[in-house]
Amino acid sequence: MRHIISVLMENESGALSRVAGLFSARGYNIESLTVAATEDPTLSRMTIVTRGSDDIIEQITKQLNKLIDVVKVLDLADVGAHIERELMLIKIRSTEQNRLEIRSLADIFRGKIVDVTASTYVVEMTGPSEKLDAFIAAIAAEAIIEVVRSGPTGISRGESGLHL
Amino acid sequence: MELSGAQILVQSLKDEGVEYIFGYPGGAVLHLYDALFQQQDIKHILVRHEQGATHAADGYARATGKPGVVLVTSGPGATNAITGIATAFLDSIPLVVISGQVSMPVIGSDAFQEVDMIGISRPCVKHNFLVKDVTKLAETVKKAFYIATTGRPGPVVVDIPKDMTDPNIKVPYHYPKKVSIRSYNPTVVGHKGQIKRAVDLLLSAERPIIYSGGGVVLGEASRELTEFTRLLGYPITNTLMGLGAYPATDKQFIGMLGMHGTYEANMAMHESDVIIAIGARFDDRVTGKLDRFCPHAKIIHIDVDPASISKTVKVDIPIVGEVKPVLEQMIELIKDHKHKPHKKALEAWWAQIGEWQALKCLEYDRNSPLIKPQYVIEQLWEVTKGNAYITSDVGQHQMWAAQYYRFDKPRHWINSGGLGTMGFGMPAAIGVKLGFPDADVACVTGEASIQMCIQELSTALQYDTPIKIINLNNRYMGMVRQWQEFTYESRYSHSYMDTIPDFVKLAEAYGHVGMHIDKPEEVRPALEQAFAMKDRTVFLDIITDRTENVFPMIEAGKAHNDMKLRGLDSASTDRELA
Repeated sequence: MRHIISVLMENESGALSRVAGLFSARGYNIESLTVAATEDPTLSRMTIVTRGSDDIIEQITKQLNKLIDVVKVLDLADVGAHIERELMLIKIRSTEQNRLEIRSLADIFRGKIVDVTASTYVVEMTGPSEKLDAFIAAIAAEAIIEVVRSGPTGISRGESGLHL
Repeated sequence: MELSGAQILVQSLKDEGVEYIFGYPGGAVLHLYDALFQQQDIKHILVRHEQGATHAADGYARATGKPGVVLVTSGPGATNAITGIATAFLDSIPLVVISGQVSMPVIGSDAFQEVDMIGISRPCVKHNFLVKDVTKLAETVKKAFYIATTGRPGPVVVDIPKDMTDPNIKVPYHYPKKVSIRSYNPTVVGHKGQIKRAVDLLLSAERPIIYSGGGVVLGEASRELTEFTRLLGYPITNTLMGLGAYPATDKQFIGMLGMHGTYEANMAMHESDVIIAIGARFDDRVTGKLDRFCPHAKIIHIDVDPASISKTVKVDIPIVGEVKPVLEQMIELIKDHKHKPHKKALEAWWAQIGEWQALKCLEYDRNSPLIKPQYVIEQLWEVTKGNAYITSDVGQHQMWAAQYYRFDKPRHWINSGGLGTMGFGMPAAIGVKLGFPDADVACVTGEASIQMCIQELSTALQYDTPIKIINLNNRYMGMVRQWQEFTYESRYSHSYMDTIPDFVKLAEAYGHVGMHIDKPEEVRPALEQAFAMKDRTVFLDIITDRTENVFPMIEAGKAHNDMKLRGLDSASTDRELA
């Protein structure tokens, strides 16, 4: 099963490699990983999307917790309701024929056109990963020049939060 | 007080109460060595290879319970230390390893003797630090000791660039008495409700077994384990790492379990209805085939490391906490409990265990004209009255030492259980002897293992650490040969050496006493003579039966009730069970 694991950790050099090293050393898979400093600049928050049986996910969270630099670990699947978003920038070749269609598709998907040239559009879009997949599928493959995705990040709903 | 980085490191180690540093100098640590030269309190043990430094520090730590300290230079010094660091990591031994690094401005430029020690050591340390600010050095050292020695212990590397130890740059020195790390808070006390549930389950058991491991030794909980076990009257088995935590000569002790465990211990595990695992981690050498592991048992597991719980075997009642306080709580609860251990069921259980014991799985041919390795260990036990510190290398001799030297006290059995590092035993024995100068210290080894760190014989002379080396010389890498005999139709691929040195002359060349023993009747007198030479390191080269195998054996991937016994193949074992 797919899990989104949030990791709050010391914002120190080498912290990212400890996490990445843990996953490769123990044979866990990483679908995506995003990381940035939090509102407290001494802490980073990492979001890891991984897949595995319940036993594997339990081990992943325990092994992450065991890293000295890790302050807290939260499996968003465990907290129930949560919001998941991914950012995509997609560069599309525009022609006389498809220009209108791309604009209306971007509208439907609540994307924004953030760059226009004579022959290209760059569309910015956020949403759950499936929505981004659906948008890509809606564009003719030969029109897509480049796709850049951030990988998902997530946050739990309600009052609780991941902090010290 | 203003000190240079080098002086800060040395002063921090003094303030930490360090007695010994095991190390080897080199370019990146010259400032540190100069600071060491100008003081008397900390003794530096100059090894002959950095691997030896880590093993000696490790042996010292295992025997004394204090963290071992290692000092190596950058590049090859650091990489040579890795095997020893990994050895300590797999067995949860507290080490603080200080490695020199090239100066900050040249890091990343492939400078002379530069290696990314933080990167290389990451998977085999509990934590590591690169010191980038000399004003943080003292605090970093304190953190390193704190992390190494608390929770589940382990090695910590502190990588110090040369410019951080510059004698011309002085900064105020303050060594913190205490340190706290917000992201590191190991659990000490177990969950009350879980402990109560565990005790209820334990007292309802009809075929219980206590399975304890190295965590009891590390957690200084031997006394509590003994009281707990005697209070319940249950059988107890120890892992390879847990030997000595419960007295092996006691009648409730049914031997080691696992791949080369006793028949009775493995059968009792297999047939048990309740297992309490205490500071043990369900290692593959213990469990055998996982889906046939203890099919009837409910499992309680006490461990300080939550990640050890339900890692390989799913447990029913996990208790995260230090073994000692958890056992203390359990003892109290058992004493006050409305139920007592199930007397009738226990009698039947002990009777069953007695039947398994009657098989005498550790019996061997005592009339052989050749020296049997088991006999040597039995004699070693008698001559040292069971009081010696025994270190070992890795292979058959290690298993025989574990099976036949009956350890009654914790911290006396010192071996590389997790990583299985050949070359560990002799430098470890040097470390033990430094910790306990008046104790008998023997290294049980083989002619293959001993050659992996043989150069440390020179260290043993320089620092006057008279140890006894019991070399069970069977002219084979015995354990490799045994597996090749069993599973590769005796194709002994590269498991022997065409040339073996004359160990007597070798020992003498290093300034020690060498003895050659090739008859069974010579074994006892030779051992007595060797241990009587209190001030000499003695190398006993004992020529043993080269075809001897370690039994019982659970071959890799088989279950506890599928043991190969001496003189019985596994099929007949199965018949007996049916």
